[in-house]
Amino acid sequence: MAKVPVQFTLNGSEKAEFVDSGTTLLHALRDKIGDTSPKGGCHQGTCGACSVIIDGELRLSCLTLAETCNGVAITTTAGLSEAGVLHPLQRAFLEAFATQCGFCTPGMIMAAKVLLDHTPNPSRDEVVEALSGNICRCTGYEPIIQAVLTAARSNSQNAA
Amino acid sequence: MELRKNYFADVRKDDLHEIGQPRPRSDSPGHVTGKTAFFADRNFPGMLHLKMVRSPHHHARIRSIDASEAERHPGVVRVLTAKDVPHNVYTILILIQIGPEDETVLADGKVRWKGEAVVAVLAETERAAQEAVAKVKVDYEVLPAVFDMEEALKPGAPLVNEYHGQNYYLYDSGECRKVRFGDVEAGFAGADHVLEQSYQSSPIEHAPTETTGCLVVPEGNDRFTCYTNTQAMFFTLDNTSIILQMPGSKLHFVGGTVGGGFGGKVDVIVEPIAILGAKLTGRPVCFIYSREEEMQISSPRAAEKIVIKDGVMKDGRIVARKVTGYTDAGAYSRHSPYGAQKGAGHYPGPYTIPNVWIDTYCVYTNRTPSSAMRGFGVTIGDFALEVQMDKLARLIGMDPLEFRFINAYRDGDMKAHRQPTEGAALIECMQEASRAANWPVAEKFMAMTSYVKGA
Amino acid sequence: MALALQTFATVKDANAALKAAGTRYLGGGTLVIRAANEGDVSVSGFVRSTEPSLSTIAVAGGKVRIGASVTMSTISRHADLGALAKAARAVGGPAVRNMATIGGNLFAPAPYGDFAVALLALDAIVGTDDGEAPIEIFLANRYGSAIVTSVSFALPKADSFRFLKVSRVKPKGVSVLSIASVLELAPDGTVSSARIALGCMADRPMRAKSAENALIGQSLTKDGIASALAAVNDGTSPATDPIASAWYRNEVLPVHLGRLLLG
Repeated sequence: MAKVPVQFTLNGSEKAEFVDSGTTLLHALRDKIGDTSPKGGCHQGTCGACSVIIDGELRLSCLTLAETCNGVAITTTAGLSEAGVLHPLQRAFLEAFATQCGFCTPGMIMAAKVLLDHTPNPSRDEVVEALSGNICRCTGYEPIIQAVLTAARSNSQNAA
Repeated sequence: MELRKNYFADVRKDDLHEIGQPRPRSDSPGHVTGKTAFFADRNFPGMLHLKMVRSPHHHARIRSIDASEAERHPGVVRVLTAKDVPHNVYTILILIQIGPEDETVLADGKVRWKGEAVVAVLAETERAAQEAVAKVKVDYEVLPAVFDMEEALKPGAPLVNEYHGQNYYLYDSGECRKVRFGDVEAGFAGADHVLEQSYQSSPIEHAPTETTGCLVVPEGNDRFTCYTNTQAMFFTLDNTSIILQMPGSKLHFVGGTVGGGFGGKVDVIVEPIAILGAKLTGRPVCFIYSREEEMQISSPRAAEKIVIKDGVMKDGRIVARKVTGYTDAGAYSRHSPYGAQKGAGHYPGPYTIPNVWIDTYCVYTNRTPSSAMRGFGVTIGDFALEVQMDKLARLIGMDPLEFRFINAYRDGDMKAHRQPTEGAALIECMQEASRAANWPVAEKFMAMTSYVKGA
Repeated sequence: MALALQTFATVKDANAALKAAGTRYLGGGTLVIRAANEGDVSVSGFVRSTEPSLSTIAVAGGKVRIGASVTMSTISRHADLGALAKAARAVGGPAVRNMATIGGNLFAPAPYGDFAVALLALDAIVGTDDGEAPIEIFLANRYGSAIVTSVSFALPKADSFRFLKVSRVKPKGVSVLSIASVLELAPDGTVSSARIALGCMADRPMRAKSAENALIGQSLTKDGIASALAAVNDGTSPATDPIASAWYRNEVLPVHLGRLLLG
C-alpha cells in the first residue's frame, strides 16, 4: 500500500503524516492525528457532522482526500477555544441549550463559524441557510439558530 | 408563555431549588469543544474491521455458503458463519422474561428478511472487508414472502418464522393481548351513533446521526472491553454472555454516550458478533453500521394498523370502545411483543368508558424486524385515538375539546384494566390548554376537577 | 486493494490513466468518494487533473466558458453569472457547494444533478479532450465519456432564465424535481422561443419539447400556458425513490411548471 505524505496546519499548528493514498481527511484527522472533533455520521456528504474549515471555506472532511490538503490551513471545533476560553459560538451553544446528544455539534459550530466570519450580523434566514447542510436528528434546530444569532450579537457588542 | 400555577396548589411545593431553574447541561462543555468521547473516538493499533454479508432476499433457504475466496482475499483475517457462534440465539429481553428465542446472530439455514446477517468478515481495512464481502457466495432457494399483516394472518400465508409456528406471537392470553371490560356489544346496541375507522402507519427509522456500532479490545485473560453506543448496556452484557457462553465477569462494557438513539440502539445486535470476532482473532475489532445499514438494517418503529369502533351518545358520552391493534414485528420478535402488549395497556386512552374490548396482535412478516422507538406501542395508538376523538366530536356536532372534558378520566374512575384512576390531571391540563391556546370551553368544564367526578 | 489517487498536470495524461479498469475521475469528491465510502468495490482508484484551465471562468461577447472543476459556490458568487446563482445555490448545503463541481454535476444521477438541468435549458456545449458535444447528446452517453474539461453557453438575456427546485425539506433537501427554462418573448409579450428542462423526470435531465412547442405564440397567462402544462408530462419516466414516487412526480410537475411560468 502506497503511503503518501500530507502536511498542513491544523488549528494553527504544523502537522505532517504519512497516510495510505485514498485516505479521507476525516480518517486522517481522527485516526492519525487524533483530532476526533469531526464526526463520521454518514460518509456521504449528507449530515455535515464531519465539517471542517479549509482555507476559510466550509468543507466535508469525509469526502475530501487527505493528500489533496497539502499546504492548507484547517480549523476544527477542537481548536476554537483559546487558553481554555470558549469561542463566542461555543459559549452561546452551551448557554442556549443548543446541544442534545452532541454528535452534530462540532459540525454545526464549524458551519456557524464560517457564516459569522463572512457575515458578522446574519439574518435568521442566513443562519438557517448556513446550517442547511448539517443535520441534528435530536431536532434541536431552534436553539441552535438562536445560539448562532446570540453569538453574532455578542461579537458585534465586543467589536463596538 | 406564562402558565397558571393554582392547580393542585395543596399538593405541590413551590420552594424547589432545582426544578424550574435553568441549569447548564453537565455534558455540554464536552459537546461544544469536541471533547466528548463517543465510542468511535478511539483508535487501537491492529484494529480489524467487521463487515456483514447480508441477505439480498426477503425469504430464502440457504443451500450453501462458500467463503473460501473471501478467506483468501488479501487483508482478510477471519470469516464467521453460524457454526462459529457458540449459542447462536438472541434473547434480547430475557432479563425481564419477555420475548422468545426466535432470532439468530448469523443466519442458520434460512433468511427471513432482506438484509439479515449471514456471514461476518473481519479484515485489516474497511476496504478489504468490503471487497471480501462481495466474494462470499451464498446459494439461496428463494421462498414466497409476505409483507402485509392481514395477508400474513390469513390461512395459507407463507410461514415467516418456524419458531412460532404461525405468523403471530402467542401470548399467555392466546393469539393476542386482550382487555375485556363491561359488555361492549350491549354498549354499541344502546349508542346513538357507532363509528368504526381504521388507522395505519408505516415503519419509521430513528436515523441517529451517529450510526450503531462498537469497538472491542481483548484485554488478555480472556477479558474484553466493549466501547459501544448501546442504549441497553446490561441487556447487551447479559445477552453477549449467553451468546458467547462466557461469564459476564469477562465482559467490560463502556458506554453511556450516544449520538442519538431514540430507541434505535436498544437492540443487542453489533456487540456479540464483534466480541466473538475479537475473541477468535485476538485483535481489536470495530463493527460500525454504514449510513445505508443504519437506514435499512437497524430496526425501525413498527408499522401498525389500528381499528377503532366507538359507540357514542348525542350528549357526548362514549359508551363503548372496541380496539383491534396490529403491530408489524417484521421477521423476528425483538421488542415487538412487548410493544403490542403496551398498546393493549394504553387503550382506550385517558377516557372513562364503561364498555371496552381490546385485542392487540404482534404479527410476523418478511420485513425488517421492528423494535423500540420513543413510546413504541403507544405513540401511533395515540394518533389514532385522538383523530378518532375529533371524528366523534364532529359526528355529534360537539366542540372537540368539550367532548374530551366529558370523557376525561378522573380520580376514582375504574379503568378498563380494573385499576382505579389516581393522580389524573387531564382535566386541569385541558383547562390550561384551553386558556393558553385561546380555545374557550363552557364554564362548567372550567369548573371541573380531576378530584371528584361530576363536579 | 487500496484506493490510491493519481494526480496529473494535464487532462490528457489523466484521460490515459482513466483507461485502467476501476479508476474514476475525482472532481469535488461528492460522488466518487461517497461511492467508495459506501463500499462500492467497482471503484478501485481515483484520477484527477490539476490543469489550470479546469478552474477558470471566461466571459466574453455574451458567451461563457466554465472550467469543469469550478465549484457551485464559485458560480453562485461570480459577478457575471448572477442569473445562474439560484441554480448553483440549489445544490447541496454550503459545504457541498464548496466542493461540488460543474463537471461533476453532469454525472450526478437523479434525484441529484440540479445544475445540469439548468445547463440543459441553456443548451450548453460540453467540452472534453475528444471535442465538444451538445449537452443533450452528452447526457445520453455520459458515463463513457472522456474527462469533461468545460461547459459553454450563451449568457441568457436578462430575466429569460428561470429555475425552480422542488424539495420537501426546508430550506432545502433532495429534489422531488427541478425545472429550468429559457424563454424569449416577442414585443407583444407572446413566447417566441422556449427551452424547458426537467430534472428527476427521467434517468437524466430531459427537455420538455411538447411543452416548449405548446408555449410558442402564447402569452404567459393562466390560459396561455394551459396547453403547455397539459403536455409537460409527455415522455417523462421518473423514478420512484425515497424522495417521491413516479406517480407523485408526474402529478405535481404541471403544477410547478405553472408556478415557474407565471411566477
